Amino acid sequence: MESSPSWDHEAVAAIVESLRRTPGALMRILRRVQDQLGWVPPPALPEIAHALNLSRAEVHGVASFYHDFRPTPPGRNVIRLCRAEACQALGAEALADHVRARLGLAFGATSSDRAFTLEPVYCLGNCACSPAGVINGQLLGRLTPASFDDALARLVRR
Amino acid sequence: MTPIPVKIFVPRDSGALSLGADGVAAAIAAEAARRGVAIKLVRNGSRGLYWLEPMVEVATGDARLAYGPVASADVPSLFDAVFLSGAPTSHPLALGPVAEIPALARQHRIVFARTGATDPLALDDFVAHGGFRGLARALELSGAALVEEVTRANLRGRGGAAFPAGVKWKTTLEQSDPVKFVVCNADEGDSGTFADRMLMEGDPLLLVEGMTIAGLAVGATRGFIYLRSEYPHALRTLMAALAAARARGYLGADVCGSGRAFDLEIVVGAGAYICGEETAMLESLEGKRGMVRYKPPVPAVAGLFGRPTIVNNVITLASVPAIVEHGGAAWNQIGYGRSRGTIPLQLAGNLARPGLVEVPFGLTLRELIHDFGGGTRSGRPLRAVQIGGPLGAYFPAAMLDLRVDYETIAEAGGLLGHGGVVVFDDTVDLARMARYAMEFCALESCGKCTPCRIGSTRGAELLDRVIRERGGAANLELLRELCDTMTAGSLCALGGLTPMPVMSALKHFPEDFGLAAAAPPP
Ligand SMILES: Cc1cc2nc3c(=O)[nH]c(=O)nc-3n(C[C@H](O)[C@H](O)[C@H](O)COP(=O)(O)O)c2cc1C
Ligand code: SF4
Ligand code: FES
Repeated sequence: MESSPSWDHEAVAAIVESLRRTPGALMRILRRVQDQLGWVPPPALPEIAHALNLSRAEVHGVASFYHDFRPTPPGRNVIRLCRAEACQALGAEALADHVRARLGLAFGATSSDRAFTLEPVYCLGNCACSPAGVINGQLLGRLTPASFDDALARLVRR
Repeated sequence: MTPIPVKIFVPRDSGALSLGADGVAAAIAAEAARRGVAIKLVRNGSRGLYWLEPMVEVATGDARLAYGPVASADVPSLFDAVFLSGAPTSHPLALGPVAEIPALARQHRIVFARTGATDPLALDDFVAHGGFRGLARALELSGAALVEEVTRANLRGRGGAAFPAGVKWKTTLEQSDPVKFVVCNADEGDSGTFADRMLMEGDPLLLVEGMTIAGLAVGATRGFIYLRSEYPHALRTLMAALAAARARGYLGADVCGSGRAFDLEIVVGAGAYICGEETAMLESLEGKRGMVRYKPPVPAVAGLFGRPTIVNNVITLASVPAIVEHGGAAWNQIGYGRSRGTIPLQLAGNLARPGLVEVPFGLTLRELIHDFGGGTRSGRPLRAVQIGGPLGAYFPAAMLDLRVDYETIAEAGGLLGHGGVVVFDDTVDLARMARYAMEFCALESCGKCTPCRIGSTRGAELLDRVIRERGGAANLELLRELCDTMTAGSLCALGGLTPMPVMSALKHFPEDFGLAAAAPPP
């Protein structure tokens, strides 16, 4: 079995310390950890629980409830494609087929060299420019297989 | 004498950015520098005419001339066409004065009057365009008088349930608890909707103004904006707007020198559709899983941390300043039936001219889809329209004479929801869309009720069978029963209304489920 990848303990401790007294602290802490580390390391949860005086089960329950909180680190490049109705109306499924084949990845998967993670997303609020997607934080609209490939070449981190 | 630099507007709206607006802005700045002409580049919101984005505007006196859709490569030719002179040009991308673009000229913009016109981060621009006038009047009125204006306006919640805002506000006003909250629902999870996003990116101070008035009305001194994480641009714009409002005394311990306090905080969600449901949102704000609460108590009585809380959608709150400034009666004068005022409808999916259309209630779907939307983008026949997001009904092309107001859509077996209109051409397979509705419910269920949690997974499996076997009476009978169980046994609208897209698809498009086609309407 693979051991859990390393993560920045100090960063998590600093986040916990800065937010533990805010109302609804747990969500804010998990959000900040996710934003800063790109994932929420499961071994960090007991520490967070301890600092907030919550049970481990409670903290695990919250961390696993929300789609954004990744329990494993993502690849260097994160690609998110919208799979909701308005994008489907303009070919999101065909685009998804192209992207899956192009990256050799299923939705939710990370490539073994950790270069890419492909994730589904359900509406980016860009439905007037469908199909929509995000490459490394850059929102894209009116995507076609060709424009996706162009954007990928432009935005990819090696 | 140095000439006054020409103002050029390039949207910072994320939709425009997704189509390359930053590159266009950079190209304009570089081209101006190369030619040695002084310009002032303003990053405005979007007008919502997305087929024309990135849309560039050049200010000339009072009018603004528009060009679009502009690519970076078009920029040198725009300068060659002397577009900076402000005189109409014959450039192929010239659209004429922006206010005269038909799709905009035919709207009735109240809530979105400033979006796209101003620099969303410039507080002075906001004030120069009529901002904070509602707040000024609100500071002269009692809480009860403010609630009365909203009640008289017949403002109904724009988040989906269309519940009268005045009733909610009155309930919270009447609570004796000294601590109350205003929560803005900016979770905008419905596919096909983007009005909240456009407003927060294009005119964030209007939301600040609306929430402050809400706080004054019910006696709350703190507000929260629960913003979905898919909107990073809206987050940045809102944060800048809050800072500007605080710096100028519009938020804080002493709002506009009135001695009354109100301040706001943004909390970012984490990708859970159910957190758009108001009680799940409150749980999430309290740091917990987004589990739907049993009602009563309603949030207006016991909401965030058990305190009286009004929860309203972005557009509901953004409608309040105009209502307070001009009086509830003026708002109530426009509209249709029991749906009063304007509604920002969002045209999405397979349309030639998708975007935001703010109009009084009562337009027909046909006017909306053909006159505003320009018909399908693919050029193929329109086959289906889903109204109101993932829990809304699919309607066939034969029903385009429906009027867009809460009651008419509900009587036709649908819901208007947050005002999303998603168009599909004849390549759509409604059995697959029905399956998607079940799958989405399974993915987003909070897990509290069995019919929703388990039923939706069963529903997706059943629809897989329907698709594989091209129907089957037994499968469809099971599907109907399952939908009945979900409708009857779900605590909230996610499980309770997922049957709406499913059963409307089956009803209006039986041929996609292996049944005989529906009889054409008389
Ligand atoms: C599953 C579900 C999702 C919802 N999502 C949203 C949403 O994203 N935005 C919103 O404003 N209201 C949403 N609502 C409606 C809210 O529960 C609530 O009615 C609304 O925030 C009240 O504000 P309003 O009266 O101003 O519309 C949702 C409801 C349900 C059942
Ligand atoms: S219907 Fe579904 S989402 Fe709503 S409370 Fe029940 S389980 Fe949760
Ligand atoms: S449905 Fe894809 S961005 Fe909204």
